[in-house]
Amino acid sequence: MCLGVPGKVIEVDGLIATVDFWGVRKQIHLEVVDEPVRPGDYILNHVGYAIRRIPNEEIDATLALYEELLAHARAEDDLMAADIRSEIQGARDDRT
Amino acid sequence: MTARDAGVSELKFRDPARARALLETLARVVDEIGRDPVSVMHVCGSHEQAIARFGLRASLPRRLNVIMGPGCPVCITDVPEVDEGVALVHQGVRVATYGDMLKVPGSVMSLADAHAEGGKVDVVYSIAQAIDLARASDEPVVFFATGFETTAVATAAAILQDPPANFFVLSAHKYIPPVMEIVAEMPDTRVEGFLAAGHAATITGWGVFEAFVERHGIPVVVAGFEPLDILAGLVKLAELIREGRPSVVNMFPRCVTRQGNLRAQQQLWRVFRPIGGRWRGIAHVPNGNLRLRNEWAHLDARRQFDIDLHRLWEQAPAPLVQECICGDIMAGIKSPTDCTLFGRECVPHSPVGACMVSSEGTCKIWHQYGGHPDLGGYRAVCAR
Repeated sequence: MCLGVPGKVIEVDGLIATVDFWGVRKQIHLEVVDEPVRPGDYILNHVGYAIRRIPNEEIDATLALYEELLAHARAEDDLMAADIRSEIQGARDDRT
Repeated sequence: MTARDAGVSELKFRDPARARALLETLARVVDEIGRDPVSVMHVCGSHEQAIARFGLRASLPRRLNVIMGPGCPVCITDVPEVDEGVALVHQGVRVATYGDMLKVPGSVMSLADAHAEGGKVDVVYSIAQAIDLARASDEPVVFFATGFETTAVATAAAILQDPPANFFVLSAHKYIPPVMEIVAEMPDTRVEGFLAAGHAATITGWGVFEAFVERHGIPVVVAGFEPLDILAGLVKLAELIREGRPSVVNMFPRCVTRQGNLRAQQQLWRVFRPIGGRWRGIAHVPNGNLRLRNEWAHLDARRQFDIDLHRLWEQAPAPLVQECICGDIMAGIKSPTDCTLFGRECVPHSPVGACMVSSEGTCKIWHQYGGHPDLGGYRAVCAR
């Protein structure tokens, strides 16, 4: 719940965006994000709501950080990677 | 399973030279403070995950205690709040909630237990899915809403989007800034500085901590959740302590601005009002709980259902729960290894206390990373 996950906006339809998270596409609500969001933008998603549009100059560093967190994860034992994955998958009920 | 072999070597993760330089600076600054120990607190499960995972405590100066405070939203959800959810399920109502909440113990049972008994409990990733459940049927659906600012704004936004008439909210949302006031004043904790969580501050902005710093004379540094971010944040915090210069410093400008997300704050405070209430095991926290404003009474499960807690409480409570020291752990007074249940009766697949349930709970994190992450100075403060 503490950790948001960045994703790329593919399409915007009113207050709903289709957002790509490393190949997983989800419908994300835009009521809360404080700047207009367009296709190609990156947002930080928390439980299905975008809470921030990631500034263009921060996109690369943000994605690199998450990719390293995921790549260096020790399989399924890693709690932070598991949290990020479950945010990406949108399935939080698969934990032990 | 274990990360006990972690340590500086693991910090090659991004930039080992920078990590070493930060650690050296940190050791020097903590020495210059001249007190033993120097205790600082973070309030974020993601911070603790990173600290435990990378074995950071093994590399930190011996005199520096980095304590995890009440930063796990699942853990601080109070027992009677879980009881309200369980009582609703017992009364035949469908309750939807985040997966993290399922196994959190109430005074008699968890929502997972109520589900195992045949009750209607749904796990959702987002409040939007709970609303979809309500739309798909005529029966009432109660969303048990938990978490800090980051999830509370989602609840607020959903409520403002006019959900169907059979959708209700049982709010157990918590607001972080007030609990820092409480912990700062706890005589047993003696926190000299706070590391604030980056993503929660995305909503509130770092300006929210200015009044706190003025009142308590304790510095606050907003930090990201990557090991180097945490180290850099600790160096800045130690410098502020050394200089006796309490102020707020934002080390996570990528995500956090001074004013925060104003649109989110506007929705948050339009839907919720802060009231005093208990945080599990810690204390009564003035303005620490978020409840629905009167305008949204028609959506408020507490006002629309006769939640019968007394009937639930007639059942005998689980005896082990009495021995759980989760509250002392979240207040920074004890550590998981001080608990007689930790790793024995209380394990992730069969948790006694809330801190062992959530991936952001101190006990679960420590258990996951070898049961006893290299503690650095943590044990010194916790054992007294």
